[in-house]
Amino acid sequence: MAETRYSKDHEWVRLEGDTATVGITDHAQNALGDVVFVELPEVGREVATGEACAVVESVKAASDVYAPLAGKIVEVNAGLADNPGLINSEPTAGGWFFRIEVADSTEFAALLDEAAYQRVVESEA
Amino acid sequence: MADQETPVLRETPLADLHRELGGRMVPFAGYAMPVQYPAGIMAEHLHCRARAALFDVSHMGQAELMGVGGAAAMEALTPADVLGLKPHRQRYALLTGDAGGILDDFMVTNLPTPEGTDRLFLIVNAANKDADFDRIAAHLPPGLRLQRREDRALLALQGPEAVAAIADHAPGVAALTFMGVAETTLFGVHAIISRSGYTGEDGVEISIPGERAEEVARALLKLDGVLPAGLGARDSLRLEAGLCLHGNDIDATTNPVEAGLVWSIGKRRRTEWNFAGAAVVRDALANGPKRLRVGLRPEGRQPARAHSVIQAADGVPVGEVTSGGFGPSVNAPVAMGYVISDYAADGTALEILVRGKALPCRVAAMPFQPHRYAR
Repeated sequence: MAETRYSKDHEWVRLEGDTATVGITDHAQNALGDVVFVELPEVGREVATGEACAVVESVKAASDVYAPLAGKIVEVNAGLADNPGLINSEPTAGGWFFRIEVADSTEFAALLDEAAYQRVVESEA
Repeated sequence: MADQETPVLRETPLADLHRELGGRMVPFAGYAMPVQYPAGIMAEHLHCRARAALFDVSHMGQAELMGVGGAAAMEALTPADVLGLKPHRQRYALLTGDAGGILDDFMVTNLPTPEGTDRLFLIVNAANKDADFDRIAAHLPPGLRLQRREDRALLALQGPEAVAAIADHAPGVAALTFMGVAETTLFGVHAIISRSGYTGEDGVEISIPGERAEEVARALLKLDGVLPAGLGARDSLRLEAGLCLHGNDIDATTNPVEAGLVWSIGKRRRTEWNFAGAAVVRDALANGPKRLRVGLRPEGRQPARAHSVIQAADGVPVGEVTSGGFGPSVNAPVAMGYVISDYAADGTALEILVRGKALPCRVAAMPFQPHRYAR
């Protein structure tokens, strides 16, 4: 089964083979509110760890989404263009943002596990 | 060591109720205010347009100007026709500076006291209330007194069902027309109720004693069709309605002509030119303003936010967005901003720079969502 880890910027990352699927957490979507638009990276773009590569817009504000791992964008969730509300309704399933072909899979192990991520959420409350 | 100053935020009399309702509290004009409740900005906005939404706007400044000659004294500071305001009528007005800029916008009501003495009731923006009331007090001739009413809370009940919802609990309110004001009771509590608001919908604003505010708000929330709404929905509602937010769309650097608010200048005032900044306003009116506030409709779904640069199709900058977001009722992004007057005609194709990319848009008439006032 694929393992899920988290960034301190409130992204979740699911690694299958050397491909990481990335989205924002339930906590993040709740904090943002109703998502009305998403700007996704171009397929083929090389991203560095922590690089802003997507933007999520709620009624009130725009927020950056960062690449939690370095690598190449190999796929984006085209369904979000017509239905950005998926980010609110199913943030960790149909509301995924993009997939990265990971350059260095040891980076994944350095991300937060669920318990550590929960502590980040609580510390920001 | 703290890496930033954490100012102590003031609270309104409804702070405990906001938290109980799950309001997400944010700093606004020095107050902790609910930006939204668990329903979210989108649902709160749409509910206001469909039924009725209750907003706490107690952070705004309320004051009474007591004494004979108050209207004449106010006319030195605003281009609005205050002398011509009939009893129990309210008017939108601008507080102009000596250089013709808009120091604030406010509501003024001719509200004789129950004893029949002269009184103007003023409501100003929260962020400007100290400066506004200081300026007004400093300009008063002897015999007039400006009494701030920090003891009073202010609620807004807005939406097509708002007036019907309170009609049985607030004598005289159903008979008011848009911009009419009644000094009455609501659930037995003394209330100054105006048929006006900041959403484009029918509805009322309710001034009540702060110590009774929570009790009244709870009673309002029990009425059929009434749900709480936060400042987030208030902002998206007023933007769709094409209404200015002071500090964003109008400020001390914008004059009433370029802001498209000439309608708030009384006809008589345009012959007398005796308000603060009149020369600048007169000149802008005579020669045409260099820039104009316009509505903007971006193509597609992507919102354009305040401070984004507006450019012509050839890439030359022609203005700046002052308010922008997603309009839940319009179901599309909406914005307003200032452009050089040559580019201000409805339908003009322009671009807004969003994160380095040119987003096509058109100048569009406001309001984006038709007003539904009880005229």
